[in-house]
Amino acid sequence: MSLTFDRLAYDSVDDFLYGVCPNPVKTKNGLVIGGGEMYPEVNFTLPPMNINKDTMPEIRSIYKEIIEGVLKKAYELHAPGLVIEFETLPEMTENPEWGLEIHKILKEAMNDYEAKYGLKSAIRMTPNDIREMSRPPVMRSGKYWEAMVKTFEGAAKDGADFLSVESTGGKEVNDEAIMNADLRTSIYALGCLASRDMKWLWKNITEIANANGAISAGDSACGFANTSMVLAEQGFIPKVYAAVMRALVTPRALVAIENGAIGPSKDCAYENVYLKAITGTPITLEGKSAACAHFSPIGNIALAVPDLWSNESVQQVKLLSGFAPVVSTEQLIYDCRLMNVAAKKGHAKLMRDLLVESDCYLDPQAYVLRPDIVFEISEEIVKTQDPFSRTLNTARRTLEILRRGLEKKELSIDERDVAWLDILEGQIEEIPEDEEEFIAEMKEEIPESKYNFSEYINEED
Amino acid sequence: MAFEDLSLAVQKGKSKQVKELVNAEIEKGTPVEEILNDGLIAPMGIVGENFKQNKIYVPEMLVAARAMSAGLKILEPLMTETGVKPVGTVVIGTVKGDLHDIGKNLVAMMMKGIGATVYDLGIDVPDADFVEKAEEVNADIVCISALLTTTMPAINDVIKEFEKSGVRDKYRIMVGGAPVNQAFADEIGADVYTSNAADAAENAKEYLTKKYA
Repeated sequence: MSLTFDRLAYDSVDDFLYGVCPNPVKTKNGLVIGGGEMYPEVNFTLPPMNINKDTMPEIRSIYKEIIEGVLKKAYELHAPGLVIEFETLPEMTENPEWGLEIHKILKEAMNDYEAKYGLKSAIRMTPNDIREMSRPPVMRSGKYWEAMVKTFEGAAKDGADFLSVESTGGKEVNDEAIMNADLRTSIYALGCLASRDMKWLWKNITEIANANGAISAGDSACGFANTSMVLAEQGFIPKVYAAVMRALVTPRALVAIENGAIGPSKDCAYENVYLKAITGTPITLEGKSAACAHFSPIGNIALAVPDLWSNESVQQVKLLSGFAPVVSTEQLIYDCRLMNVAAKKGHAKLMRDLLVESDCYLDPQAYVLRPDIVFEISEEIVKTQDPFSRTLNTARRTLEILRRGLEKKELSIDERDVAWLDILEGQIEEIPEDEEEFIAEMKEEIPESKYNFSEYINEED
Repeated sequence: MAFEDLSLAVQKGKSKQVKELVNAEIEKGTPVEEILNDGLIAPMGIVGENFKQNKIYVPEMLVAARAMSAGLKILEPLMTETGVKPVGTVVIGTVKGDLHDIGKNLVAMMMKGIGATVYDLGIDVPDADFVEKAEEVNADIVCISALLTTTMPAINDVIKEFEKSGVRDKYRIMVGGAPVNQAFADEIGADVYTSNAADAAENAKEYLTKKYA
């Protein structure tokens, strides 16, 4: 049975802090996420190379080298705990045995370090959502979905602690909406399509996790909100659109928790802050220490309330000091060490507020992550229960908040972005309150060659 | 100024008005080549320049490109009849194993903006499909994109496929994507690397202008 959220998990924004949450998660080996201490979550990937049967021996040795380096550094720097994310590459999801082999290599090294040196660690297994390899995507059957299931099941059976995915339901529709900064279509993609897919997907992932002793952790709207953020960073689309997208993906994210995920939700999901406010589950975030993977205008504010702190991903390439994943590990450990000491000395709120204030007025995407604004948007979300109205209301409220910030002169928005506030407000004015009516309108507008609506229908619909 | 209204209509993305004005110019007997170059392609140049100067975003550019395409559609049959040379033909796609298409779509859109005919093969494109399509449509340029470090080597595989088919020298091969750089492009023997969509279109425009001069 799915959970419902009609109020926030916090009574006061002062209690909304990093490293601690109302519903912490405990791994099999006793690592508690959200129980008072912030831990690093390290992710890494291969250098440029082909992935095929012939290169697998080399790939195995690269991952072995990476994990040895990362664990050694964590031990040397007295990390109190560590999470490793293994995000497969598409070929490794298509050929589950390859991904599972690498997962085993990583997990065995982590177990060895715990046995020999007492370093507690947990692994997050994140297969790619390769369902989109069929165009239009086939979401609930076929070889791609079956390969994903094999990967989830195999990893869970082999000791994976957390199961995650960056799911892509609705992305085939939203991709073009991003290029056009088309909020109306994004609301359809997220509120009507992605949310339906999330319900089906996370019921399935939770069943696999529960049957095999893993934790159903959570998703990321990376292909929606982070793509918007990166394109805005490159000057391609308005920052105000990217800011609205950041909040807009939250009702979609909430569906995973309603259907069994318990956290920690994935690192690149900046919408996690709203999720933590509403559900009280632990979250991962990434910011300044993920500049190895992508730039962002939210480097500090992202560190304000997470329970795990991530580098997003880094290639195994040699830097002056050593290999990049080891460099990332050191950076994350020092970040977490400082945050944990501040919390122990009773300065968690001060630390949070400094991180917030250093970013929040300089960019609309940072502004919407300010804790009091996170609460304001989250309260709007829990006023209704269906994802469509939640998504529509989130768009309205976020635009109101950005307009208010501009009028109060506490938010810096480029002149060309101010014009886009008007355009975005105009785009959502005509959206009907009735979801069926809206779906009928959008079915007329978006060609069937792009997506198959029947792939999104749940039994309850 | 000639074509002032048409130019503004393209820049503002007013497709309906563009169609009306193109038809009016045809009725007046204005040479097709003039309508194409001065009425449609030139204003898209202004739009591209505004984008480069951070005055507008991609959505504004897309609206303008759509308006330009609406005008171009009317001109196309007349161009064939009157022997006006096409701007050029581009085949574009993301390599096998890579599902990213936003950057590739941006390049495709910008190529349309310079008046080129664009064949977009989509994502996860097998090596041979690039060759097959380029040969089928007699392309001038082939654009190959990859966003992952692990799919980047597949760009080289596509180029090798062109070599294997003995048609490598017929096409200008342009490469791009987040992990791609000039050194990689040089290493695999690509003709052009650009770091963004606007530069890709500008480079293609220069090449096609010279080729069809």
